[in-house]
Amino acid sequence: MLSIKNLCVSIEGKEILTGINLEVRPGEVHAIMGPNGSGKSTLANVLAGREGYEITSGEITFEGEDLFELSPEERARKGIFLSFQYPVEIPGVPMVTFLKTSVNEHRKFKGEKPLTAGEFLKLMREKKQMVEMDTELTNRSVNEGFSGGEKKKNEIFQMALLEPRLSILDETDSGLDIDALKIVANGVNALKSPGRSTIVITHYQRLLDYIIPDHVHVLYKGKIVKSAGRELALELEEKGYEWIKQENGN
Amino acid sequence: MMNAITDAADLSLMYLARYREAADRWMKETPPVLHRNRETAIREFLRQGIPSKKNENYKYSPLQPYFSWEYDFQHSRNHVDFQLNEVFQCDIPQLDTVLMLVMNGWFHSLNSERYELPPGVIAGSLEEIAAAHPGLVEPWYGSLAEPAEDPLVALNSAFARDGFFIYVPRGVRVEKPIQVINLQEAEHDTFVTQRNLVIVDPGAEVNLIICDHTLNANRYMVNDVTEIFVGKNARVDVCSVQNQHNRAASVHSVFFRQERDSRITSHAVTLHGGMVRNNLKALLNGENCEANLYGMAFIDRKQHVDNSLQVIHAFPNCQSNQHYKNVLDDESSGAFSGRIHVLRDAQKTNAYQRNNSLLLTDKALMQTKPQLIIEADDVKCSHGATVGQIDEDALFYLRSRGIEESRARLMLMNAFSYEVVQQIAADPLRDRISELVDKRLRGDVARCHECAYRCDC
Ligand SMILES: Nc1ncnc2c1ncn2[C@@H]1O[C@H](COP(=O)(O)OP(=O)(O)OP(=O)(O)O)[C@@H](O)[C@H]1O
Ligand SMILES: [Mg+2]
Repeated sequence: MLSIKNLCVSIEGKEILTGINLEVRPGEVHAIMGPNGSGKSTLANVLAGREGYEITSGEITFEGEDLFELSPEERARKGIFLSFQYPVEIPGVPMVTFLKTSVNEHRKFKGEKPLTAGEFLKLMREKKQMVEMDTELTNRSVNEGFSGGEKKKNEIFQMALLEPRLSILDETDSGLDIDALKIVANGVNALKSPGRSTIVITHYQRLLDYIIPDHVHVLYKGKIVKSAGRELALELEEKGYEWIKQENGN
Repeated sequence: MMNAITDAADLSLMYLARYREAADRWMKETPPVLHRNRETAIREFLRQGIPSKKNENYKYSPLQPYFSWEYDFQHSRNHVDFQLNEVFQCDIPQLDTVLMLVMNGWFHSLNSERYELPPGVIAGSLEEIAAAHPGLVEPWYGSLAEPAEDPLVALNSAFARDGFFIYVPRGVRVEKPIQVINLQEAEHDTFVTQRNLVIVDPGAEVNLIICDHTLNANRYMVNDVTEIFVGKNARVDVCSVQNQHNRAASVHSVFFRQERDSRITSHAVTLHGGMVRNNLKALLNGENCEANLYGMAFIDRKQHVDNSLQVIHAFPNCQSNQHYKNVLDDESSGAFSGRIHVLRDAQKTNAYQRNNSLLLTDKALMQTKPQLIIEADDVKCSHGATVGQIDEDALFYLRSRGIEESRARLMLMNAFSYEVVQQIAADPLRDRISELVDKRLRGDVARCHECAYRCDC
């Protein structure tokens, strides 16, 4: 589904990703862990198509297509979804307008008729229940005045509405209370199917108790330095990153 | 026809010549109240001259280039033989208004039907009402618009013949908005002078919608002056929708005088226009007044919009808000200068001013000049100006949800203006303006109506 080969990325001349290789097959859950500043969000942003990064070498294909040929909106419509580490507030753009536009752009891409206002509200109600999203929040502008946890919930709410093929969750668990964490995990698991894959970026093993990863990778200084099964997450929780750093000559 | 006259002195002398050629006739034809100040006014115009860059008040909008064309002057009323409904159809179904027409500065009473207005309300042609009821006009006319303070006001006062007049008697609430359509349509390039007067007695309420349109591609220079007197505890809302073509230049000067406990709300919505200068002066002349002055401008190509405000707090416990937003595309330019003047006795004044601009290109230019003059000590005043670009993070967020870039930009531009659009109190009008803004931002010409003419040039 997703194939990253020798990806090198720099920002303003500074190398951030230094040769990433990653294969994500349909139905798989991959966890990416790693110390602060190691390049996890950079990787997520590059996958979603954010500008401002210089791709110095490497390639990414999604379902066989060269990702670099696609704009962020095309990637989204083809099924890539990024749950942002820091979702932005957009005062003046009502949540409902935003969500409806987004859902209907996806439908248009698939050759489906746009939802009517009534149909959309029904869909929204259903998904809202799923992630226990407060109606008061969907009456506001996008993320406006949302608490840290509410913003994260809103990301999962959007994911539930759009039903992506590849979800990239960038620290969706940080800032969530224990109940919200379960709700978010349930949201992710509800979407789980043989055709859908997930990349979970996290610092904590706890989320991985709910969203069981098939593979765990450690990103360090812009490279995946270790990959293993879910036991790696437990090991990291216990021992921290020092041993990884030592193994990699720091 | 397109002789550009360049010498500044010659230029004002040309306007003097135009004045002289009509003055005798005005002496005979116009009611004395309109005539009494002409001579002083034309002298004031000559003394100050047509504003160039050197004129501090017009430094962002020198007017000489617009005065240098050879214009026709319509010194008398032309017969209009069309039905307003034929060229103009208000497509705001829920917006039920009392419609009035002013063409090239002349008020036209459409088939002289009676307007659906409450008893006692007088609305119509300034010239006719000044002749029929001089007592209604004399105490007010020219008492706010001071020729010595502005050469355009001086020129208007020298040339004034007609415009709209509205009088709302004590305690009367005019339910339906009064919508004045100012049309420009002449066979040649034309200089339009329009003079309006609005008197709202104590406790009365009125809502004005003023739409400016050019109906053909000729060059127009519009110079209008509106004096609005707001009595004790009265409410006045004015929404001005400016939609003229690129060859039109307009200078609108609006003066408010508020008595105690009154409230005004003004919206200047500039959707299109070659050069638009909005002068607004509000005198808060009694305790506990509120003045809400909003504006938004959406311009592109080489258009220019300049909002110049003066708010004068003369009494204690008043509040004023100025909030203006501009979206500037291509090589367009904008200016905002807002002066808040709090006089010595105006304690407990709250005066706010904000000006935010969104520049869509590197070539668009915005200039702002706030000015606070505060003579009282117990006041709250603030001003802030921002000039920025589209928020790239927000844009990426929208796009990452599958929303086309152009559409995402549009959503963000609409969001930018939303804060000001939202301040329009009347629902149907607010929705209509919001729709017009959206259309404008999409790049469709936002005609406020299904106008039979295409004036996008
Ligand atoms: N726009 C930018 N300009 C300069 N440096 C940047 C920029 N964006 C990211 N970086 C740098 O790139 C490195 C990787 O950042 P990134 O956000 O990808 O880390 P991360 O692994 O997600 O960290 P965290 O766990 O703290 O979220 C950091 O050193 C960061 O400072
Ligand atoms: Mg990060």
